[in-house]
Amino acid sequence: MTADIAKESARPRDFAQGVRDSVPVVVAALPFGFLFGALAVENGLTVFEAVLMSATVFAGASQMVGIDLFGQKVAPWLIVLSILAVNFRHVLYSATTGRRIAHWGPVQRLLGFFLLADPVFAEAERRSETHGRITFGWYMGAALPLYLCWVVEGWLGALFGNLLPDAHALGIDFLLPIYFLGLVMSFRRRSFWLPVVLMSAAVSMLAYSTVGSPWHVSIGAIAGVALAAVMAPNARGREEGS
Amino acid sequence: MSTTVWIILAGAVLTFLTRIGGHMVLSRFERIHPRVEAGLNAVPAAVLTTLVAPAAMNGGIPEIAALATGIIVSIVAGGMMPMFLSAAAVLILLRHLTGQ
Repeated sequence: MTADIAKESARPRDFAQGVRDSVPVVVAALPFGFLFGALAVENGLTVFEAVLMSATVFAGASQMVGIDLFGQKVAPWLIVLSILAVNFRHVLYSATTGRRIAHWGPVQRLLGFFLLADPVFAEAERRSETHGRITFGWYMGAALPLYLCWVVEGWLGALFGNLLPDAHALGIDFLLPIYFLGLVMSFRRRSFWLPVVLMSAAVSMLAYSTVGSPWHVSIGAIAGVALAAVMAPNARGREEGS
Repeated sequence: MSTTVWIILAGAVLTFLTRIGGHMVLSRFERIHPRVEAGLNAVPAAVLTTLVAPAAMNGGIPEIAALATGIIVSIVAGGMMPMFLSAAAVLILLRHLTGQ
């Protein structure tokens, strides 16, 4: 088993394929890495603190919320709680992807979970549809470029934030929703895909206009997941193996 | 160390706990119930949809048209890059044309 893992993770082809799979998301995340660094400095963080946050939290949306609150001088515990609220969806990612990487060693798994940001999770799930188990080599190939670029972009954004181009005219502010939509579409062959998407869309929009952000993410997601769980026994024959 | 650094580190630790927590809870069970299995298989579509839907709701014509293009291209062509590039092109073009 250990030898298997060593052989798998040493396969350079897997790592290279992971790097190739990471290209669209590195491109889509690029402006946000810079933007984070620039906004962080604007909200009173030092360059070191901005880089530290990108390197240790590694979750774009929660970092944006965090620095927004830094600028407003709210209580420290409230900032920490807000970061937790935005990132709570990762509990679901962890449970889902944990099944795909259960054959890794303990240290490999800790590293893998540390890097389990939205796009890494989504690419891992896509990979598991065609290849079943996720190898450590492929996962690192997909996650490390994103991580390294994210940290470097945050640093450059913090240093040169005032040189940012007009993000709106270039469509940069809307690249992530487009990328996430592409990911949603790529899962369309899964059981209950359409009902889950419609349910999550409706509930998240409702929650967005009532409870507010960021809770719409967790509330909408749980509604879709619960719907799939409720529908499951009626269509067991069609269920895909994982 | 400054308060800011402590806040960042606390946020990082809690984020890491969410990223290992789901797996730690689930791995305590010998067998995964089919309903739980179906629910977990729905996680990517469910979560990622919530990241798109409010953006679509708040979007104007260029944003809606870009997302619609993305849906059509991914059904017809498949693959991430064609979908991503065509939707971004429609977005930029319409934003310039509508002056928004």
